[in-house]
Amino acid sequence: MLERLLILSAVLFCIGLYGALSRRHVIAVLISVEIMFNAVNVALVAFSRYITPAALRATGEVTPVAESTLLAGQTFALFVIVVAAAEVALGLALVIAMVRTKDSVDVSGASLLRR
Amino acid sequence: MENAFKEFAFWTLAVVTVGGALGVVRTHNMFRAALLLVVSFVGVAGIFALVNAEFLAVVQLLVYAGGVAVLVIFAAMITTNVTEGNRSTGTQPLAVLVSVLLLATLVFAVVQAEWTVLPDDLPGPLADVFVDTPAMVGHMLLNEFVLPFEIAGVVLLAAVIGALSLVRER
Repeated sequence: MLERLLILSAVLFCIGLYGALSRRHVIAVLISVEIMFNAVNVALVAFSRYITPAALRATGEVTPVAESTLLAGQTFALFVIVVAAAEVALGLALVIAMVRTKDSVDVSGASLLRR
Repeated sequence: MENAFKEFAFWTLAVVTVGGALGVVRTHNMFRAALLLVVSFVGVAGIFALVNAEFLAVVQLLVYAGGVAVLVIFAAMITTNVTEGNRSTGTQPLAVLVSVLLLATLVFAVVQAEWTVLPDDLPGPLADVFVDTPAMVGHMLLNEFVLPFEIAGVVLLAAVIGALSLVRER
């Protein structure tokens, strides 16, 4: 199950990478990056479910040390979601600023963010 | 019986997720791309629920399928004529090459590594933890990760203020 989830995550990441590299519309690039964030989250959650810290494996029971790292993967994924949400909000504000100044959504022509 | 259901659920969700993502990068209509993005996000939420991450599944639906998708749809409709304008760059073959090479490398690394993996049916003490993951995540956030948790709040505040000041009419 772990390998399947990691391969699914790799496939999603590469689709996102392809989108980010091949599209010209700035919002298309932004949502491709969102797909890549999701791929990373799938991998983090898979690791937190199927691979536990060494301390846990050694004793076979949940010790206080092991417990503190048990769901670290899920917690990391939560922070990734927070950062991704902040990125989307700022990114779309930049898109609107870009459309105002250049009247275009083409990333190829957006090397300057002024008139 | 339960395993057969999990198999079925995994493959369905995988097809939905990958299909949605492929649709997003292939379609030329930005509105459709945003809707397919929601499909892909919902698929990922299902995968989270399948691997004992119930809280993340709900957050995924609220933040991504709710908030992010609505933002993207509004931004797309404000800034462009959605039925056109998502042209490809001239580097299409190169993008395919880079993505396929990276995918091959990642799949090779995953298949070839020797993972020490927990079984699908968890042993006693672990099963207790994975029954109630939202409580455990909450515990983690307010103990081991309390500093990152506070910083995340400041990051969100900064992002909101930054976004407001960028779009303000002058």
